[in-house]
Parts: sequence; C-alpha cells; structure tokens
Amino acid sequence: MQANRWHRYVSRLWLGGVFLFFYLPLMFLVVFSFNSTRQDSQFTGFSLRWYQALGQDTRLVEGFLLSLNVALLSATLATVLATLAAYALIRFGAFKGRSLFNAMLSSPLVMPEVIIGLSLLLLFVGMERWVGWPGRGATTIVLGHALLGMAYATVVIQSRLKEMDRSIEEAALDLGCRPYQVFFLVTLPNISQALVAAWLLTFTLSFDDVVISEFLSGPGVTTLPQVIFSYARRGVNPSIYAAATLLMAVVSLAVVLYGVHTSRQMRREAYRPLD
Amino acid sequence: MRRGRWIVLGVPWFWLLLFFAVPFFILLRISVTDMGEQLNPFAPLVDVQAGHFSLRLKFSSYVSLLLDPDSGWGQTLYIESYLLSLRYAFLTTCLCLFFGYPFAYFLARSPSSIRPLLLLMVMLPFWTSFLLRVYAWKGLLDDAGLINNLLMLVGLIDEPIQMLYNDISMLVGMTYVYLPFMVLPLYANLVKLDLRLLEAAQDLGATPWKTFWLITVPMSRAGIVAGSILVFIPCLGEFVIPSLLGGAENIMIGRVVWDEMFSSNNWPRASALSIVLILGVVIPLAWFNQRLARKVEEESK
Repeated sequence: MQANRWHRYVSRLWLGGVFLFFYLPLMFLVVFSFNSTRQDSQFTGFSLRWYQALGQDTRLVEGFLLSLNVALLSATLATVLATLAAYALIRFGAFKGRSLFNAMLSSPLVMPEVIIGLSLLLLFVGMERWVGWPGRGATTIVLGHALLGMAYATVVIQSRLKEMDRSIEEAALDLGCRPYQVFFLVTLPNISQALVAAWLLTFTLSFDDVVISEFLSGPGVTTLPQVIFSYARRGVNPSIYAAATLLMAVVSLAVVLYGVHTSRQMRREAYRPLD
Repeated sequence: MRRGRWIVLGVPWFWLLLFFAVPFFILLRISVTDMGEQLNPFAPLVDVQAGHFSLRLKFSSYVSLLLDPDSGWGQTLYIESYLLSLRYAFLTTCLCLFFGYPFAYFLARSPSSIRPLLLLMVMLPFWTSFLLRVYAWKGLLDDAGLINNLLMLVGLIDEPIQMLYNDISMLVGMTYVYLPFMVLPLYANLVKLDLRLLEAAQDLGATPWKTFWLITVPMSRAGIVAGSILVFIPCLGEFVIPSLLGGAENIMIGRVVWDEMFSSNNWPRASALSIVLILGVVIPLAWFNQRLARKVEEESK
C-alpha cells in the first residue's frame, strides 16, 4: 500500500514536470505576443500591436499562403503514393525487390534532413541541366516534402491495412467486383480514417519544415517557416509570437471540436438500439 | 489484375528510384568529381582521349576531411564538428531516455480514462511551429529571462548564469524537440506489456525495483532502441537548433554541409561529408535497429 502511494506520487510529479517542460515555451509565446514592447525577457504591458503588425507584414502573409499551398499539394501527393506503397507491401506478399523497396521507403525516417535536402538539390540541379525541369521553387519544395511525408504516411496506412479484415475484399471479389472496384469501393473506404490521419500528419510536417525548404527553394520563394527562421535569426519580432498564438488557438479549437464530435458520436452509438 | 498490380507497384517504385536512389548516386558521384577550372560539379568522370578511357576520380574531398594542410592528420574542422555532433546527439539521447522513459512508463500506467487526453497533450505542441517553440527558449533562458529570475527568486543563485548560446541551451533545445520522439515509441511498447508478468514476479518475491529492472526494462528494449535512433540520428544532422540556440563554437555537421554547399561552393566536399555521415552512422544504426526488431519478434512467437 505504501509503495503504491509512493508510485502515484512520483508518477504525478514526473508527468506534471515533463508536461510543464513541454508547455512552458508555448505559454511564453502566448504571453509575449501581447507584450507592449519588443523585449522578450520582460513583460512591459498588454497590447495588441503585434497582431495589427501581423496583417501588414506582407512577407509573413505571402509565406503563409505559399506554405498552405505547398502543404496541401505535398500532403495529397504523399498520401496517394503512400497508399499505393502500403497496399503493395501488405497485399502483394513477397514481390521481387520487396526489401529494397521497404528500405528506400522508410529511410527518410532516419536520414538527417540536411542530407535529404542536399541530395534532392543535387538531383534537381542535374535534372534542370539535362531536361530543363523543374527549376528550383515551389515545385521542388513540394516534391521534397512529399518524399519525407510519404515515409511517415506509409507507416500510418500500413498499420491500418494490416488490421483490416481481408474477407470483405474477398467477398466483394466473389460477388463479381473487379479488382479496381474492390480497391476503390471496399479497401479505400475501410482505411479512410488512416488516410485522413496520414494526410494531416504530412500536412503538418510540410507546413513546419524549414531545412528541406531552405535547400530546395529558389529566389523569391520563401515558405512561412523560412520567413520565421530569417526573422528569428535577426532578432526579436513579436509578430511571429502573435502568428504562433493564432495558430495555437486554431489548433486547440479544432481539437476541442473534434473531441466533442467523437464523444457525441460514441454516445449515439452506445444508445443505438440493437437490431 | 495484372495491370492494376503493375500500376500500384510501379508508381511508388519509380518515385522512390527517382527521388531517393538517384539522388544518393548523384551525391556519391559528385563527392569524387574533379570540378576542374570551370567549377563544374557534373564534370565527366570518364575521359575519352584517342580511344583510351581513363577514369577521373578525385578523392581529395574525402582526404581533406581528415587532413588539414597546416595542422596535419585528424586536426580538421570537419572531424571536430563530427565529434561535436556525435557528442550532442549522444547527450540528447541520454537526456531524452532519462526523462522520457519514466514519463512513458507512467503514461502507460495512468488510468485508461485520462490516457487519450494525456497522449493528445504530448502531441499537441507538434502543431505549433517547431521553430517558434525552439525560439521561445531564447527568451526563457536569457540572462534576464524567466528561468534565471526564478532561480534567483528561490535563492539558488545570486546572479544570472549564462545559459544561452552554450551547452545548456543546445541540450535544452534538442531535448525539448526530440523528447516526444522518444516517448511515443516507448509508450507504444510499454502499454502492451503483459501486466501478469509483473504480478508473477511480485508473487515470487521480487521487489518493485527489481521487477522494473529485470522485467520491464528488458521487455521494452525494442522501444528503447527505436526511440533512441529516432532521437540520435536527426540530432546528428540538426541544423535549426544550433543556429538559434548555439554559440559561435557550436558548429554541427549539418551547418558545415550547408556552408560548404552555399558559402564555399565546394559541392564535392559537401557531398563527401554527407556520404561519410550516411555510411558511418545512419546505415549501421538502421541495420542494428532492424536486426533487433526481428529478434524481438522471433522471441515473442
């Protein structure tokens, strides 16, 4: 009994301590986005000036729009590719070159981003020389992010595909569906939750990435993280704190709404009469 | 069926070959290219003169990593920054394991009613800009910042200690960013642990401490290795944290690669640095991880 209470005490302390560590910088960002001066060590008074400055900062706004576009495209591309790859890995058994395929697929997970960025940059420079496409810019960033995102997305989709009941696919085949119909009408709807999760994951990866973008962007093309990175290196700019606070507000709201939605759905299902 | 299968396999194969395998070979090729006087990184590797083929490989990029013309073998900036990067990656991994293991353990043992909420709270910070979360530490660790003020208020220190632009800020920043990468695989592993084994150990007279070290830790070693690799390798090539929180002397290998590429325009050397990193660290660790995962899988059967 004594040991149990001790365990509970340490457990709470440790969980609380690490969560404090996780959230301390976020609290800092929120508080100092309302600071009245540029100082980032002392709170001098409440003001909304950095939120006003935010809308007028064209670099931040343009960077935001570009990042949004890049993230939408690369997440979609990565999810499509990852779905195909995961399907091949789970459903095709031991096809030729499977281990090489698997190794290439998962390597970006354990490769320092600097190396991914550098090697892709060399490829794109070479390609531009030989086939004249693509010049460095938004396209190359999308391709780079999609390569990284695909590795993560495959992990998510693969684990869902593995759990999925194969017999419904077989039933559809027995009932006369063509294989592609089975894929689109049975398999995809069954793993749709994993597809959404994978898409969201790669979207955030892309939206937050700075290293690959720094290597692959061209003149005049700067994503939001790149703008923030250059501001951060130059010194304090509380406008970016304001941007972060807004982002946090949006994310928290989305999470709360999602939580309410799922709990309501679960309750509805629990009360549904058995038929 | 045939054609569908061909598309499903062919598209990702093509993508991976083009954007993963080919870039690796270009990296390898440029690392041994003699750029010549035109500074052409794609200068031909094979010379054809009067029907004779001769290879034009240049290994000086690799040699220059090891040999400094002034101070001799092993005294180069490159070796120094490799060692520094390894040191930071190692220390960060240890710190993440130290704070992350008990955290993941308590998380896995927490009441199942609040567990989803706690897990969500671990992942929530991911959705805010990683750059800004790192940048915030600059304000927190400042001489006049919150942490120094707090420590002085409590009376632990009399005057602010320098925590920014040195080992402290680097390790705090890296531990902060990579701790979730340690926690999540460990949690996934620990939550599956068969509690009956712990009960059995206790029934047979083991103390909780002994049970933990003899059963929980060995059973979770796949999680420990997976988490450590997910922390160690990205730390090694870290680029952003040293430029925001590091001092002038905290130059890690990622930054050196960047400088060789864009400041010195020495593409072969930047490539050689990356190749050494891949062959020397990334591949051995990935191989080790895979072998261990297979072994654990076999044992569990």
